[in-house]
Amino acid sequence: MNRFDYVRPRTVAEAVAAGAEPGSAFLAAGTNLLDLMKIGVARPARLVDLNHLPGLSSIEALPDGGLRIGAQIRNADLAHHAQVVRRFPAVAEALLSGASAQLRNAATVGGNLLQRTRCSYFQDTASACNKRAPGSGCDARGGDNRLHAVLGWSESCIATNPSDFCVALAAFDAVVEIEGPAGRREIPLRDFHRLPGSTPDRETDLAPGELIVALRLPGEAAGFAPHSRYVKLRERTSYAFAVVSAAAGLRIEDGRIAAARLALGGVAAKPWRATAAEAALVGAAPGADAFRAAAGLALAEAKPSGDNAFKIELARRIAVRALILAAAGTPARLPALPASPFAPIPGGLHG
Amino acid sequence: MVEVHRLRHGSNAGQPITRRDGLLKVTGMARYAADNHPPGMLHAVIAAARIARGRVAALDVAAARAHPGVVQVMTPGNRPALALHPDDKSVPFSFRMDLLQDDRVRYAGQPIAVVIAETLEAATEGAALLAPRYEAEAVEVTLDAPGAFVPEAVGVGAPPEEHHGDMAAGLAAATRRIEATYETPMQFHNAMEPHGVVAAWDGDALSLDMPTQGFALTQMRLAAMFGIPAEGIHIRSPFLGGGFGSKLLTGPQVLGILAARLVGQPVKLVLTRAQMYGPVTHRAPTRQTLRLGAAADGALTALHHHVRTATSRFDDFIEPAAGASHTLYAAPAIATSYEALRLDTGTPGFMRAPGEASGSLALEVAMDEMAQACGMDPLDFRLRNYAEVEPISGKPFSSKALRDCYAEGAARFGWAGRPLAPRSMRDAEGRLVGWGIGTATFPAMMFQAEARAEIRRDGTGLVETGAHDMGQGAWTAFAQIAAESLGLDIGQVEFRSGRSDLPSAGIAGGSAHTATAGSAIQAAGEQAIARLAELALADPRSPLFGADNIGVVARGGRLVRWDDESRRDSFADILDRAGLESVEGRGNASADAEAASRYAMHSHGAVFAEVTVDPDLGQLRVTRLVGAFAAGRIINPRLVKSQYYGGMIWGVSFALHERAALDHRSGRVMNADLGEYHVPVNADIPSIEAILVEEEDPHVNALGVKGVGEIGITGTAGAVANAIWHATGVRVRRFPVAIEALMG
Amino acid sequence: MSLSVTLTINHVPRTIDLDDPRVTLLDLLRERLNLTGTKKGCDRGQCGACTILLDGRRVNACLALAISHDGAEVLTIEGLAQGDTLHPVQAAFIAHDALQCGFCTPGQIMSAVGLIGEGQAGTDPERVREGMSGNLCRCAAYRGITEAVVEATQAMTTQQEAA
Repeated sequence: MNRFDYVRPRTVAEAVAAGAEPGSAFLAAGTNLLDLMKIGVARPARLVDLNHLPGLSSIEALPDGGLRIGAQIRNADLAHHAQVVRRFPAVAEALLSGASAQLRNAATVGGNLLQRTRCSYFQDTASACNKRAPGSGCDARGGDNRLHAVLGWSESCIATNPSDFCVALAAFDAVVEIEGPAGRREIPLRDFHRLPGSTPDRETDLAPGELIVALRLPGEAAGFAPHSRYVKLRERTSYAFAVVSAAAGLRIEDGRIAAARLALGGVAAKPWRATAAEAALVGAAPGADAFRAAAGLALAEAKPSGDNAFKIELARRIAVRALILAAAGTPARLPALPASPFAPIPGGLHG
Repeated sequence: MVEVHRLRHGSNAGQPITRRDGLLKVTGMARYAADNHPPGMLHAVIAAARIARGRVAALDVAAARAHPGVVQVMTPGNRPALALHPDDKSVPFSFRMDLLQDDRVRYAGQPIAVVIAETLEAATEGAALLAPRYEAEAVEVTLDAPGAFVPEAVGVGAPPEEHHGDMAAGLAAATRRIEATYETPMQFHNAMEPHGVVAAWDGDALSLDMPTQGFALTQMRLAAMFGIPAEGIHIRSPFLGGGFGSKLLTGPQVLGILAARLVGQPVKLVLTRAQMYGPVTHRAPTRQTLRLGAAADGALTALHHHVRTATSRFDDFIEPAAGASHTLYAAPAIATSYEALRLDTGTPGFMRAPGEASGSLALEVAMDEMAQACGMDPLDFRLRNYAEVEPISGKPFSSKALRDCYAEGAARFGWAGRPLAPRSMRDAEGRLVGWGIGTATFPAMMFQAEARAEIRRDGTGLVETGAHDMGQGAWTAFAQIAAESLGLDIGQVEFRSGRSDLPSAGIAGGSAHTATAGSAIQAAGEQAIARLAELALADPRSPLFGADNIGVVARGGRLVRWDDESRRDSFADILDRAGLESVEGRGNASADAEAASRYAMHSHGAVFAEVTVDPDLGQLRVTRLVGAFAAGRIINPRLVKSQYYGGMIWGVSFALHERAALDHRSGRVMNADLGEYHVPVNADIPSIEAILVEEEDPHVNALGVKGVGEIGITGTAGAVANAIWHATGVRVRRFPVAIEALMG
Repeated sequence: MSLSVTLTINHVPRTIDLDDPRVTLLDLLRERLNLTGTKKGCDRGQCGACTILLDGRRVNACLALAISHDGAEVLTIEGLAQGDTLHPVQAAFIAHDALQCGFCTPGQIMSAVGLIGEGQAGTDPERVREGMSGNLCRCAAYRGITEAVVEATQAMTTQQEAA
């Protein structure tokens, strides 16, 4: 880890000012940043510590039935917050399927939005990586890329976004509140992360010095609570990143789908909101046929970026599964193995 | 010499007592090597090569030295001289080391410099600042590389080709034949405790806190390397945070010792997790081709097991993967053969169940494939081909309770009634369920060990041997054997271990530590008791006077006349009357060559696995595991069960999780961590049971103990793979099993 | 800015002058305060061996900068037992042979104490397994660990009810 200056601002304004200095990085929990510093991927000149800032650690109910979540709220606290569990159960399930209990106790909401890719070539400073070192190339192409992107990738980058939380946030129209040198602004989560194009080093819409101060879950999304799930495929039962994942929400009225939400994880550089699939579901009777058709639409543009063609079909199937589980109804209590295919399947897989 | 009878019933050995080191371990007081911090200690951090072949053209030593706190940078230019070349292998079980002898790089992760600093932070960043410039050369790191050769020997000196019977005739006689190729990847031990050393020199005396699986070999090699007397090398290794075969002396530890020499201060050097993927050996990849022939009644007519594997460009270790085929199943024709490649990787080595883990996976899946071809239940098929004598040598087994293992395991698992056809079973929610079996086997070996026992005037005992506790329970099991050998309650015996200045306990490996060091302890205790008996029996004041031809037994701190319980004499009284402070016994143990020439010696077991597979998504879980093992006499059932559980979970890991992802262009391991190099987590193991099957072995050694540390992996990996076929109908031959193989 | 931090470690308040802002809580405990019970297995939040309780919550000490936790309470394995009386989790780990080499054990135990405090798993073995999955055990003592955590949870619940 390189030497750095440590700054402990007392206000958000001070933090933004310090963060705007070249070479600054914001330190929240550090569960991702410190790791990247240890392996030499991040070498900030200055750490701006957000842990002693007032005002970023509350969860407030909003008049529309939504929630405003301070950026320094810890993942575990959010996942177990009664209103989140009740109104946004898929968000809680996504959170609890990520990382380990220890990491969830530390990691923050704001930090999770900025979690860097797990692409092993990004993490290996001896490899060419356009995201880490613009213009150096992409050693993931032609390398060990079984788990890389199948949607939205470019010749310059095939990495995926590793977050579970963001998949659920994208599905349910979360909004990111940002404080920056130019003042306050907000941006829908689904527009917050960028596809790589020719500038994979630019991962989000944040400008230097801009600080995530809060996240809003709109009250409208709480309407999906009775039929909301997150499902995540992993290479071991727990404590692993998603191979593919999906967040789904349905509003079912009179036996028909009145509204649908679907987002995929592990498939692209951003959580992948599948709006065409959502539109196709509206008016349909909830069932395997409609779900399969919708999943097909969600992956219509997919193409392999390496030895990962299987992920396209797998993503379709996880989308179908998430929709089936959502249709079956949100369980009264989150399962013992959150988001796992080995969690109970109400109604089973028969038929 | 008087006859001292052995007493087994009601003794210390065989009891499921809790781990004697448990209290230290649950309170954080157990001291592992890296927990030591002698005064004046500096921190050393290795800089490791990021190319797999070529040379280091430049290192920015000035940048590293300029970092505050950095004291010294050790490179080939200033590394202290060694009396022995790092490539020397004259000490047994040695591998060639990379000790900054030149600027060549022969694998990714090879140490190329060491930065020594006042703090760990400074040393770590100093190593990063070296920013090496390389001249890289093209690499070969896969089993598709050209240049296969027949190795001179496999494993530890075994021949690369063995056969009995007529293979052509055996295959010709078969009414069913299968041929299949199985692939297993490069794997890394990944003990939780990284390799490290705290080294302090005092002249030519060397003090080391260092995990090691073999004190004497380590001392021998260090003495030769540094040209110093072995007696001056003091190693403390009371606890290893896991070894699994990777913790004999390693190159990085020698670099720590060199660093301490260079700076003239104590130095601590600990590998990072990433640095454990290169210089500390690994399990080699294999590509194994099995050809089996069977007659209409399911009797094997031929078994051919060919192994393609790899060693490093610069050293030799050939994974002896075909060994299981020599011993497990009867067939009129059996042949095993090897070919090997030289790759630009670190040198492979011994990793828990070397040979058998990889080989029994291939063999057990092939057996399942043949059972399927014959339309037979896989357990019946194995029983049909049960080896009554070791097939390739023709020797009888010293003991073999494998039939009992099959029977007890099958009963506990509920194997009876398993449908033959795959995809026949589902759980309540519609997931596919399958059951598989694998036979477990591992040779029962003996190395060499010595022990010393003392009975003291206060009636207590002292037993010492430099054993190694890697988690298998040496502190406990050896104390039990010691107590039994002395006829004392375990609380009355002081057991000293874990240091190099005690009698050598040999190496902790090959599942032979308990058998070897335990036999030495038993012999030492028996000798001490015999000396005590001589004193008593010759002493007219002793109630035992004159019992010479009848014999005595040691029990509860007394010698008791064998035929008359009322005639007894306490250890304390005997010594008191003799005016002695103590009597001493010494014991040693090694393989009984005569017995080994007459008998085949192996542990056996049967593992039954249930897997549940999501039919659409391919994710799977091993929902039930039952293993039944026969390994001779069991010293501590509680600890042995833990060893079996651990081994079986390694088998699950082998089948489903572990794989080093090598970039074939750079030769780097791209998942050199614990985030992406997967081993099972707690949630992966919902149900596991181990059954200890009774087995008496009068030949294997004085204790009747076979090994338990490694056998659990064997059988389990195959059982899981076979259960996957039974659940899904997909015959996976490439491991670990990938989700995409099971998507259906 | 001063690199002095105040931490309450195992119930004892301490003011510590940090020599370097890079020092993690793990390296502070191990290399500077001689509290070596907390282990370093990966230094990257991937194994759980360094689990401590930070302000009552289990976290990976390797991914926490000491300087950033000024004012925090730290509980490590050394501070868990009360005198000679083991914490119920410690006692249960011995009873169920929930350890072999012992290197991951302090982290397992601190994680278990954290898990029980969180109150989400109760005595449901499947929830305990999931909740303990952030602690790798290469010896694979998982069965004993799960049994120990379930038993300790029961014991602590009984204790609380009796109190």
